[in-house]
Amino acid sequence: MSAAHDTGGAPAAATQNACKACMPLGACMAYRGVEGAVPFLHGPQGCATYMRRFLIGHFREPVDIACSSFSEETAIFGGAADIHTGLANVTRAYHPAMIGIATTCLAETIGDDMTMMLHQHAEKTEEGNAPLVVAAATPSYSGTHADGFHAAVCALVNALAESGACGEAADVVCFTNLVSPADLRYLKDILADFGLSYVLLPDYSETLDRPTAGEYEKIPKGGVPIDAIRGAGSARASITFGAAFRPGQHPGTALLDKCGVPARSMGLPVGIRASDLFLRHLEELSGRATPEKHTAERGRLIDTYVDAHKYLYGRRAVVYGEEDLVVGIASFLDEIGVVPVVCASGGRSGGMAQALSGTTAMQRGGIQVLEDSDFVDIGEAAEAAKADLLIGNSRGVGLARRLDIPLVRVGMPVHDRIGAQRIQHLGYRGTQSLCDRIVNALIARDQERSEPGYMTM
Amino acid sequence: MKPQETQKPAANSVLDQRKRQVVTKGDALFDIACETKSVAGSVSQRACVFCGSRVVLYPLADALHLVHGPIGCASYTWDIRGALSSGPQLHRMSFSTDLSEMDIILGGEKQLYRCLVELIDAYRPKAAFVYSTCIVGLIGDDVEAVCAQVSREKGLSVIPVFSEGFAGTKKDGYKAACDALGRLLGTGSTEGIVPHAINLLGEFNLAGETWLIKDYYRRMGVDVVATVTGDGRIDDIRRMHGAALNVVQCSGSVMHLAKRLKEQFGQPYIRVSYFGVEDTAKALYDVAEHFGDAAMMDRARALVREEVAALMPELMCIKKDLAGKRAAVYVGGSFKAFSLVRALRLLGMGTVLAGSQTGTKEDYRELEKICDPGTVIVDDTNPLELCAFLKEKGCDLLIGGVKERPIAHKLGLGFCDHNHERKKSLAGFVGMLNFAREVQATVMSPVWQFVPRPSGAAERTP
Repeated sequence: MSAAHDTGGAPAAATQNACKACMPLGACMAYRGVEGAVPFLHGPQGCATYMRRFLIGHFREPVDIACSSFSEETAIFGGAADIHTGLANVTRAYHPAMIGIATTCLAETIGDDMTMMLHQHAEKTEEGNAPLVVAAATPSYSGTHADGFHAAVCALVNALAESGACGEAADVVCFTNLVSPADLRYLKDILADFGLSYVLLPDYSETLDRPTAGEYEKIPKGGVPIDAIRGAGSARASITFGAAFRPGQHPGTALLDKCGVPARSMGLPVGIRASDLFLRHLEELSGRATPEKHTAERGRLIDTYVDAHKYLYGRRAVVYGEEDLVVGIASFLDEIGVVPVVCASGGRSGGMAQALSGTTAMQRGGIQVLEDSDFVDIGEAAEAAKADLLIGNSRGVGLARRLDIPLVRVGMPVHDRIGAQRIQHLGYRGTQSLCDRIVNALIARDQERSEPGYMTM
Repeated sequence: MKPQETQKPAANSVLDQRKRQVVTKGDALFDIACETKSVAGSVSQRACVFCGSRVVLYPLADALHLVHGPIGCASYTWDIRGALSSGPQLHRMSFSTDLSEMDIILGGEKQLYRCLVELIDAYRPKAAFVYSTCIVGLIGDDVEAVCAQVSREKGLSVIPVFSEGFAGTKKDGYKAACDALGRLLGTGSTEGIVPHAINLLGEFNLAGETWLIKDYYRRMGVDVVATVTGDGRIDDIRRMHGAALNVVQCSGSVMHLAKRLKEQFGQPYIRVSYFGVEDTAKALYDVAEHFGDAAMMDRARALVREEVAALMPELMCIKKDLAGKRAAVYVGGSFKAFSLVRALRLLGMGTVLAGSQTGTKEDYRELEKICDPGTVIVDDTNPLELCAFLKEKGCDLLIGGVKERPIAHKLGLGFCDHNHERKKSLAGFVGMLNFAREVQATVMSPVWQFVPRPSGAAERTP
């Protein structure tokens, strides 16, 4: 397989086994984190179905994504009629508070004017019946699912946030990036422990990890309330996780520009240093010291680092997935002596190498950074780097088998295990879980390979 | 359960534009609307033209499958089918031209050319298929010309598949796939093909099912020349016109090819199904009958006797658990729905709802014939409709694909995957036993006792 990329030094033309999905998928996921919202794709039926399958396979929850079901006539005459019918039908069937539109490559290429179409739709719709409509431009050719996620979050901010909105202003708006529902629930606990009132944008902690209650909820309960997004404009501060944003798609900057909310930004809080930084932000915003509960979790995490260090030092990991997640995990690995020999993503924001520059591994020249890469690139690099383990989504499972090394599943998609919604990555507790899983994967591998098969390792 | 009393609410959940696509057996006039574009905003479970082409051609394991378009279409179809190959595994790779903004502005022909040359050099496939996605139709790439050029330069068939997603339904994608295969027909030597030789059409070797069926026919004394497309090979397609008969399963997807083979080469075809005991036996007998060979028919009968005897004891045991339970069936192609209704009946189970994404009027008439009175028959349904009928009809099990799974689970119903992503063999006699075991494991699991019943739902069968 490695011959596949022998292009004599020229960058490969084709993408083989992509390490990314497309923009509208990320947008639909973000819309799922708004209370009462239904995601709506402006494009052909297949896009909605493929994305639903991808998200349902990962979250194991219903993900209804409506669609304007483009046909050949639409491609010629434009999508106005389909948008109108589609929005009306969704309104009738789902009674949503909001419809979140994500465009597809087809809609963007025929040049549909979304603002005009929505204006026409509003004119044709009886007042009082119409849900709020928010639209994001997310053509597949412009970026990855992570870019689409950020585009939708920015669209929500730009459409809804108001400075000086009535009601009590939140202490902090948290733009959390693509993390798991369990991560979001934990973040809410932390924010509450600091006594901070908050807006999490988006918040799919409940909508994409529902308790079974014997009902198919048309729109799953939970999500950030629309009024809370409006109120975000008068929040005292925002914190944005991540750095890999395309121009104009940093949600904290969008909120600053629109409403003047002071913006703080940091990488995903994975590992002790990044989690410390996050809690320092919260200390400053709340004026409170970190509660004992969290200091204790930090202590237990350090205890685990110490217990595990001999199994970890010098081990070589390949980390892949969304750029911000990769940077977060790699920075954590750097704390425990695991070398993130390959850091790869299908994204191409251009900032990954810079974000990793503070790590010991990078300073020693031990990290190969692959942007805009696919699983053939990652496979070749992993093989050359003699990797001991993979850390990433389930799309690396074939590679793990070929190299005969363990795969620790993080991020998305995880299509081959139960519990993707509950994988934790963030804060002391998320890091604790990652650390346990990584060291145990390595120990298990050593045990399987050891001839006597000792009971103690 | 008094279905009459709860009839209204479920029917109310059907959008006005879809009223004619939902019918109940026993209605005075059975006239279902189907084969239409999905209603905008209806949250259809359907896919697109590209999906139809991709699923039909996917199992051809020694071909390069290059998706021409932005990344999504290729990313979502990477290694999602359980279609096995006994040799090359090239079909399990996902190749995309991954068009960027500049390609959309300037055209994607150069990128397509570069990708084709690079991938053909790297993998040395027997042929290459280039799938046009939505956007390629719009930006006006001359895919045919690029394919012809690479074909000349590299000395292999490079075949365009006109599968722009918006240009029809999944069914049009099946036709586009058949048209693509049509370019290979009659291009190979038929030397050495015996008189009692057939082709299997519409059999995709999910979990090795093609191998199982080939073995049945081999035991009857019948050779298989080519399978479209399970464990498929390009050279087999080239010589498939030399077989005496086309045996067509999943007729929705490959009927177009069977008809073409009949027109072009005078090859007759029969329609079969390998799901369930009755249908599998019939599939074997029909082939023996076609050849008019008494000895072959005897061998088929002996085979069926032997296989059925082997599975019956366990099947009857399972039936004790399942008798009287009720199922709903919503699948891609309606031919599969017929088989499932019959297979469930063999397990003592009734079917309260049956439907498909892509059935024709004739399909639905046939489905109506084999269903019990009161069965709801749906075309191109959606989560909310499905939910309303599942609740109203009070069933124990939904059979469908991954997208339908959470619908069943949230309602506290069992779910069985009968889609092309499954990894379990459900074909033939062995498959019937696997199916029965799965239904048993699903319906009899103790977990359902903890799931609250939906309000207003009919009682679960005791």
